[in-house]
Amino acid sequence: MATMNMIEALNSAMDVALTRDPAVTIFGQDVGYFGGVFRATDGLQRKHGLTRVFDAPISEGGIVAVAVGMGAYGKRPVVEIQFADYIYPATDQLISEAARMRYRTGGEWWSPITVRSPYGGGIYGGQTHSQSPEGIFTHVAGLKTVIPSNPYDAKGLLIAAIEDDDPVLFFEPKRLYNGPFDGHHDRPVEPWSKHAASEVPEGHYVVPLGKANIVRAGSAVTVLAYGTMVHVALAAASETGIDAEVIDLRTLMPLDLETITQSVSRTGRCVVVHEATRTCGFGAELAALVQEHCFFDLEAPIERVTGWDTPYPHAFEWDYFPGPKRVGDALRRAMEA
Amino acid sequence: MLKNSTRLHIPEPGHRPGETPDLSHIKVPPAGEVRRPAEDTDPAEIRDLAWALIRVLDDAGNPVGDWNPGLPAALLEKGLRAMMLTRAYDARMVRVQRQGKTSFYMKSTGEEAVAVAAALALEYGDMCFPTYRQQGLLVARDWPLVDMMNQVYSNSRDRLKGRQMPVFYSSREAGFFSISGNLATQYSQAVGWAMASASESDSRIAAAWIGEGATAEGDFHHALTFASVYQAPVVLNIVNNQWAISSFSGIAGGERTTFASRGLGYGIPSLRVDGNDFLAVYAVTRWAANRARSGLGPTVIELFTYRAEGHSTSDDPSKYRPGAEAAAWPLGDPIERLKTHMIGAGLWDEERHAALEKELEDEVRAAGKESESYGTLKEGARIPASTMFDDVYKEMPPHLVEQRRQAGV
Repeated sequence: MATMNMIEALNSAMDVALTRDPAVTIFGQDVGYFGGVFRATDGLQRKHGLTRVFDAPISEGGIVAVAVGMGAYGKRPVVEIQFADYIYPATDQLISEAARMRYRTGGEWWSPITVRSPYGGGIYGGQTHSQSPEGIFTHVAGLKTVIPSNPYDAKGLLIAAIEDDDPVLFFEPKRLYNGPFDGHHDRPVEPWSKHAASEVPEGHYVVPLGKANIVRAGSAVTVLAYGTMVHVALAAASETGIDAEVIDLRTLMPLDLETITQSVSRTGRCVVVHEATRTCGFGAELAALVQEHCFFDLEAPIERVTGWDTPYPHAFEWDYFPGPKRVGDALRRAMEA
Repeated sequence: MLKNSTRLHIPEPGHRPGETPDLSHIKVPPAGEVRRPAEDTDPAEIRDLAWALIRVLDDAGNPVGDWNPGLPAALLEKGLRAMMLTRAYDARMVRVQRQGKTSFYMKSTGEEAVAVAAALALEYGDMCFPTYRQQGLLVARDWPLVDMMNQVYSNSRDRLKGRQMPVFYSSREAGFFSISGNLATQYSQAVGWAMASASESDSRIAAAWIGEGATAEGDFHHALTFASVYQAPVVLNIVNNQWAISSFSGIAGGERTTFASRGLGYGIPSLRVDGNDFLAVYAVTRWAANRARSGLGPTVIELFTYRAEGHSTSDDPSKYRPGAEAAAWPLGDPIERLKTHMIGAGLWDEERHAALEKELEDEVRAAGKESESYGTLKEGARIPASTMFDDVYKEMPPHLVEQRRQAGV
């Protein structure tokens, strides 16, 4: 076991994947010699060589297209889009091509690609360094969407994503790269080393895709969260004293519906939390599923705590970010209904 | 002193329906005029070829000049046969579409050489990334017509399981990459395939096709950038058939320069070729393939041709261009030109040509009967609807299992 922050855990996952499978190829903007603007690929080119880990032109559409072509050849490309806010030029290749390749060819070809991308707010990133576009991609049949919330899961999920033969979008909450963040921006942030999930095996292991994790067992209300909001939800539970069961979804597609419905059927209440804007966000799908499967067990309307339906603002970071106060208020509303 | 008066320029084709087409502005240089540089020539030395027109067959059908590939009779006959078979196949598929046995079809009439000559110049293991108008690649690679028809009919033997519109073939075995409805996406994917091949020091190369209309897509730029940056072993073909559905090539940017010349800005050697000249298409494809296979990087080829028929069975070209334009096309018909050449060379005659035409018609009819026995879109056997939930993912996730149950199929 080693102690790793999330960046180191991701770096370790890619190192393990490169070592185990000669088909794994990593590229993206600044990921080669420099090691990535967030250092996630630091040292990998030096260790594994120029043709395994290399820099790419500033062309998200080109990067994903080339990955699809490499996947068709038999490679296992792991590409980086520098910020999730800049994934849109690649959406045609992701939605029209990678997602449909297996289906449209009757299984003759597929796209075993992993697209890593830092996402989420809470860092004064403004409009184009803070977005959470996961809901756009969970809507697309054929794509998988994964979001870790700690170093242990980050490494295990990333190895599982790389080894998966379907295209996986792997969104990394950059606010969690160096330490857990519960939304209390006025307090000093602790490093991952003080957190149990920073204990990361150095070798190969996987955290299976499609399996949620109950990070706090509780009986009063179920909180469905992922990424940074897992830590915000834990803080809200502790500060309100409400015995919330906090579920870290980890994989949004395919979703671990069983863990969700078992929990809500027991608690009778549900709060859905995400940073992304509300309307047609992934929370809407979660609320609909809970309503369909747990209607007769529900004792209160399902609450959604999300980003507002506005572009992500700079100066109003903490008015926008769904922090522990807003989540705590929702927990109380769910309990009072 | 320049006058201060701006105006918005909207390109318009020379002629519209009801007018007599005048194609005299198209410069057709004599065959044999363009030099054939060595394959390892410094790209800077051959920039003029992006505005030239490489032609081998002269008006009498004689092969002339440096680019004459000097093909053996058997290969010429194979090429002629594949082009004629492609045309016969196209004709039948349009007929069955009109009969309601399938929903849609797209012919490649007039562009048969673009696909067939290229297929024969490439190695069988080279991966082709076609558009929807290179069915001649499959025919030239001897892919069974019945299999292609099964796809068009979406019948019980359709290898794509009824999921794709007609003509969006896929055959990994034949080196024919899956066709997508989204234009230009395959062009940059081909570069990725070539990069992967190069990283394995594999001798196989990639070849990609795009229409002149789709060169306006971002993926065209992505492909040329990545091909140039990584010196990928790929042949980047631009089929300039003058029309993108109803819009003439000027709307795609063809008024000011050639499509081949776009490659030069990326530092990629670029050739422009008579797309209706089987020998010329074969020769330039072989030249570019040799460069790629020798590690000399990508080549752009503009194939100058004419879309002789409608865009698809859903299109009526008489609504936007003169009906007589195809006949006035100065580069003629690829099949007729190769036939003339072979007769002139004493390798062929009218009797054999007529006999072959009849033989191919019979072959297409027999294949059609067999394919229809496996069902058509509206009648007969088909793949069970329950399979529409398969292959979305490698393993079916629970929500799709549930939806399949709800669908009751």
